[in-house]
Amino acid sequence: MRKDRTEMSEDDDRSPPLDLRGADIAESSNKTRNCSGVSGSGGPVPGPGPSSMEFQAPYPDQVLENVLENVLQFLSSRRDRNAASLVCRSWWRVEALTRSDLFIGNCYSVSPRRATARFTRVRSVSIKGRPRFADFNLMPPDWGAHFAPWVTAMASAYPWLEKVYLKRMSVTDDDLTLLAKSFPSFKELVLVCCDGFGTSGLAVIASKCRQLKVLDLIESEVTDDEVDWIAFFPESGATCLESLIFDCVECPINFDALERLVARSPSLKKLRLNRFVSIGQLYRLMVRSPQLTHLGTGSFSASEGMAHGEQEPDFFTAFAACRSLVCLSGFREILPDYLPAIHPICANLTSLNFSYANINADQLKLVIFHCHKLQIFWVLDSICDEGLQAVSSTCKDLRELRVFPFDAREDNEGPVSDVGLQAISEGCRKLQSILYFCQHMTNAAVIAMSRNCPDLEVFRLCIMGRHRPDRVTGEPMDEGFGAIVMNCKKLTRLAVSGLLTDRAFSYIGKYGKLVRTLSVAFAGDSDMGLKYVLEGCPRLQKLEIRDSPFGDAALRSGLHHYYNMRFLWMSSCRLSPQGCQEIARALPRLVVEVIRDDAIEHTDETVDILYMYRSLEGPRDDAPGFVTILQ
Amino acid sequence: MEVSRKMANMLGTDRDLNFKETELCLGLPGGGGSCEPETAKPTGKRGFSETVDLKLILQSKEESMKNASKENNQLLPCTKDPAKPPAKAQVVGWPPVRSCRKNMMTQKNTSEEGKKANGSAALVKVCMDGAPYLRKVDLKMYKSYQELSDALAKMFSSFTMGNYGAQGMIDFMNESKLMDLLNSSEYVPTYEDKDGDWMLVGDVPWEMFVESCKRLRLMKGSEAIGLAPRAMEKCKNRS
Repeated sequence: MRKDRTEMSEDDDRSPPLDLRGADIAESSNKTRNCSGVSGSGGPVPGPGPSSMEFQAPYPDQVLENVLENVLQFLSSRRDRNAASLVCRSWWRVEALTRSDLFIGNCYSVSPRRATARFTRVRSVSIKGRPRFADFNLMPPDWGAHFAPWVTAMASAYPWLEKVYLKRMSVTDDDLTLLAKSFPSFKELVLVCCDGFGTSGLAVIASKCRQLKVLDLIESEVTDDEVDWIAFFPESGATCLESLIFDCVECPINFDALERLVARSPSLKKLRLNRFVSIGQLYRLMVRSPQLTHLGTGSFSASEGMAHGEQEPDFFTAFAACRSLVCLSGFREILPDYLPAIHPICANLTSLNFSYANINADQLKLVIFHCHKLQIFWVLDSICDEGLQAVSSTCKDLRELRVFPFDAREDNEGPVSDVGLQAISEGCRKLQSILYFCQHMTNAAVIAMSRNCPDLEVFRLCIMGRHRPDRVTGEPMDEGFGAIVMNCKKLTRLAVSGLLTDRAFSYIGKYGKLVRTLSVAFAGDSDMGLKYVLEGCPRLQKLEIRDSPFGDAALRSGLHHYYNMRFLWMSSCRLSPQGCQEIARALPRLVVEVIRDDAIEHTDETVDILYMYRSLEGPRDDAPGFVTILQ
Repeated sequence: MEVSRKMANMLGTDRDLNFKETELCLGLPGGGGSCEPETAKPTGKRGFSETVDLKLILQSKEESMKNASKENNQLLPCTKDPAKPPAKAQVVGWPPVRSCRKNMMTQKNTSEEGKKANGSAALVKVCMDGAPYLRKVDLKMYKSYQELSDALAKMFSSFTMGNYGAQGMIDFMNESKLMDLLNSSEYVPTYEDKDGDWMLVGDVPWEMFVESCKRLRLMKGSEAIGLAPRAMEKCKNRS
């Protein structure tokens, strides 16, 4: 395994793989010391236990280690750190001491105890939990990914913790309370796609974290406990707040408290309001904080009843005063009449998120024609192909485009199509990342994009009609996606859709040498499809497949690679419990979860959901009843 | 692209139909009758649904919203042969759009549909007898007569409505009570309804009022007495 290290990669770092075989640990001994083949987010600890290393008598290279410590301190990339930690035991130890940012890509791959034992001086922790397909109701709720064991372990291990970033984790109010109480230097809390907590938890954070700079709630589900959390920020004195993002919070906010908070937050640069903030209220906030760089506008509609007899506020001037504004989002209930107000800042915008704004092409054009510097653009398909053409003609610097469906169903008319995609490919040559929902597509447009946009790293095309062929030729979409993997040499993330045969997968296996993340739905003909991918893509780390005809034989073909992956998800495919069992037996350090989804009816023994991932800890002890861990 | 009207969200997060406990209802014995906020569906319980006519009017609107389209995430049995998709039915988790985005769309539809269904009466001019200026209010910003009354009071700080408006809907059935009220108020809010008649504010449930109000006028109490007979007449006709 170890000789192939440069070929196989782990996480986004291309760091060497977790070395999970005992034999290799002995083999890898290096020159003067025993090395453990560890890496990244926690590897096996050499010897009988972590403590055996720490209490050795001082050895001659103490001086050298001190020097090393001073040098390794400067290594920030976790990929570099993972590599450094493999050099020898000394480097392993020093790297562990100097790592301040801990990244856990899968919360079940390593235990909190093990992670905190190895890395003792961590200031910032990032943890990812649930698999992404859980976002789409493909998995029963309460599967796991609890923050509780982590915050408990960190409460004693990392008293100087400053930052927590969580994605797809279950976080309770108690967890937030423990966090607020345990870390006096706590500065940044970022919760992305999390759930399990409510406004009560936020209130605790607001009141107890006196050094809080960042409170970002992004696409998380927050329960309305009817606690006025904004009012819990300390009432007097300036705050340290630099970023306050709560656009996903679906409950009304105490505006007066918010206004006062903003007024005493001179460092505030990022503010994203939820839809319960009207445009009139937005105005008042903007007037108080012209230094903002990132603004989420709230509802952007229905000003209050002009209760004080004023004219409608001068939004135009308010926006013009925000000279540093580069990122604009929100527009949650937009009244398009108000759109012209943002004209003064369009020319400076590098990021614009209209993905909650139901606007048409004409309304978009009023704005987009001024946005020459735009690099990131998220929008609804309500702008139609015509709107995309306008984007294409103006936004020459565009790097990332996301087109979301207004009406996310399979059978309605599609306002955007291959026409829009083609236009974008022609106008936005620097495109690096695209997510595109549509009803109809052609191979020609996809091929055009593969040629026009050589910098593409992320290509996610969702043709909403399942098994839909090329709109013009009636052929499968194989050639289009084939061209993408062939021509886009930097491609690392791919999501496919439409009518696809095994041929598409043979292309991916043949050309997709850098692909790390692959999403497949309703595609392929036979086991060969999956085989091509598992045998052909050495960098593959995250593979999620649903409703595709891949079975046990295909699963077997990936045995050589599963230890190098973060996870594999397969739902509604053709796997049997025996097939999955085989994998579990062959790879003892893989946790093979078979998840039962009662919403799915079938008469045979096919596995509903297979979710498997490498782990140092073996079967988790918090698995709910509908999860069976095979061994 | 035309928004499908049928995607009304049944979760009742539409503010227009969300009733708070302070919603005031017909002044029946037993107090102001707090209406419980209905969270699960738009067909909320309302104190004034005692009035049969009103119930019918309200329900017909709600029926049409109820019949609006189902949620996207209908569950389907897993197809064993994915090469043959089930026809035209929605599949769980497809397309892969996160629910916060899906919900946004249906919420938006609901509020848009709600606004359209309620007619164009949202922004209305308010004038006060003797005042040199006009104001505009958006009736959608208020959920009850009390709120409107407070807002009007702020807007026209020199005018007092006295007790009028404090109890929400007015009992127009009781003539003497009504006369007392009008005599005791300096100014009384009146409105021009869809039929072009000038009515006393408070004769109908809040939503109906929002729907039918075209203009507001703050009239001297003594003048408003002239409107009282018609108000009572109309109210009698309804019940």
